[in-house]
Amino acid sequence: MAVTDPAAKARALYEARRTRVPIPPFTDAEPDLDMADGYAIQQELVPLLLADGDTVVGHKVGVTSAAMQKMIGIDTPDYGPVLSSTVYRDGDAIPLDRFIAPKVEAEIVFVLGSRLQGPGIGPTDVAPAVAGVAAAMEIVDSRIADWRIKLADTVADLASNGAVAVSSRLVPLQGLDTRLIGMTFTRNGELVDTGAGAAALGDPLAVVAWLANVLGEAGVALEPGHMIMTGALHAAVPLAAGDVFRAEFDRLGPVTIRVKES
Amino acid sequence: MNTVDVHDLADRLTKAVTERTAIDPLTDDVTDLDLETGYAVQRVLRDQAGPRVGWKLGVTSRAKQAQVGVSDPVCGFLPGAGALDLGEPLRTGELIQPRAEPEIVFILGRDLAGAHVTAADVLSATSGLAVGIEILDSRFRDYRFTMADVVADNTSAARFVVGTPVPPAGIDVRLVGVLLEKNGELVATASGAASLGHPAAAVAWLVRRLAASGEGLAAGEVVLSGGLTAATPVVAGDVVAVTIDRLGTVELACSS
Repeated sequence: MAVTDPAAKARALYEARRTRVPIPPFTDAEPDLDMADGYAIQQELVPLLLADGDTVVGHKVGVTSAAMQKMIGIDTPDYGPVLSSTVYRDGDAIPLDRFIAPKVEAEIVFVLGSRLQGPGIGPTDVAPAVAGVAAAMEIVDSRIADWRIKLADTVADLASNGAVAVSSRLVPLQGLDTRLIGMTFTRNGELVDTGAGAAALGDPLAVVAWLANVLGEAGVALEPGHMIMTGALHAAVPLAAGDVFRAEFDRLGPVTIRVKES
Repeated sequence: MNTVDVHDLADRLTKAVTERTAIDPLTDDVTDLDLETGYAVQRVLRDQAGPRVGWKLGVTSRAKQAQVGVSDPVCGFLPGAGALDLGEPLRTGELIQPRAEPEIVFILGRDLAGAHVTAADVLSATSGLAVGIEILDSRFRDYRFTMADVVADNTSAARFVVGTPVPPAGIDVRLVGVLLEKNGELVATASGAASLGHPAAAVAWLVRRLAASGEGLAAGEVVLSGGLTAATPVVAGDVVAVTIDRLGTVELACSS
């Protein structure tokens, strides 16, 4: 049975984003909602946000680690659009009051130089379409109360994307083994976690191929200039006003954010 | 005043190794066994062991330190008998409850000693860096131990394999990516910073610790600078691979 009234659910998420008041998970009332239902709601939500003047500047892929997939009970990543209003630069101060229950995680971002459309995209098809690789941090957030999400809930909620801070330093992919890019993540100068590119689906490049193929099934292409966020390299960390987070990537350089109240 | 019989405790640990049988933590009945007495037990084991080829660090992750409520790592010695050659299988039947972890290995180009040695001194005394796989094998049942226990047990050291060394110039070991795979599946990732923020800082701590007893590192010695991910259990039939960016890959097959 398909999801009942995805437009109303999208509207509820839209209001939750606007008011910063979270809503109960859709799967509380409808426990059978699945991934497809989640995307049906997401597809209703995106036009509401674009009508406010936002634009899609890329895509995020989430649930790319084996540990996260096990936790949510799936064996595939999920995705959502990256909206221009949520993109920050390296060094920016990020206002906490934009979010409901934010957490931060370091990840590798690809920027596309040419169009990539699946299906049929293999891992070796991705590299020629990549303009460069950049250090990034994602702020994940949930419009669902207390992060009490099942798969359909998070997919509907733009894959729990909140914002992204991206380094302006775009590094050519040639000669890089993105699996092996090491990363150290600090909060206020204290080491919080470390990781390497392979934590994202075995290779961040494979994440882009996966996304191109999944979107390709729906006739959607990855466009030149799009950024693709390839998934966290470590467990997400809650943030508080005054915190300074820095993710330093071997071969890519650092990205830093400050967290402010408003 | 110390009433602990360190020779008796060392004998218990040696017996556990010989009989391949896990024992209860020493601190279960020797309640006044403290960290320094643990090192005294380890010293007895070191004096009884054959030639030493180097040293190792343990409890080098800040998360692990916070978990057990300490702010320093611990160290142990590497007897030559624990070294596996490249391509040589790990015989799990010789061990009790082996676990593998990825390490960055420092090979000393010259002697290094002193109470004020820093990471920079370590790096300038290092002739080579290599991928390492350490095989831990706590002699204590289910790896249940206090810091004093694990130090007495030579920080669970059992076997290790060291890859082909590369010159350290230009390598920032803090940032290198680290992959631990088992049977072709990714188990964990890390970067070098997972050991004490900088693996060379972990080695420097070791040198300062050794200085307290008038010892130091000798040219040619290897130092396993601390596990970079949680250790993964291994059984016969497993193949463990550790890849470290700029250093290479080491593979270790486990047989019975």
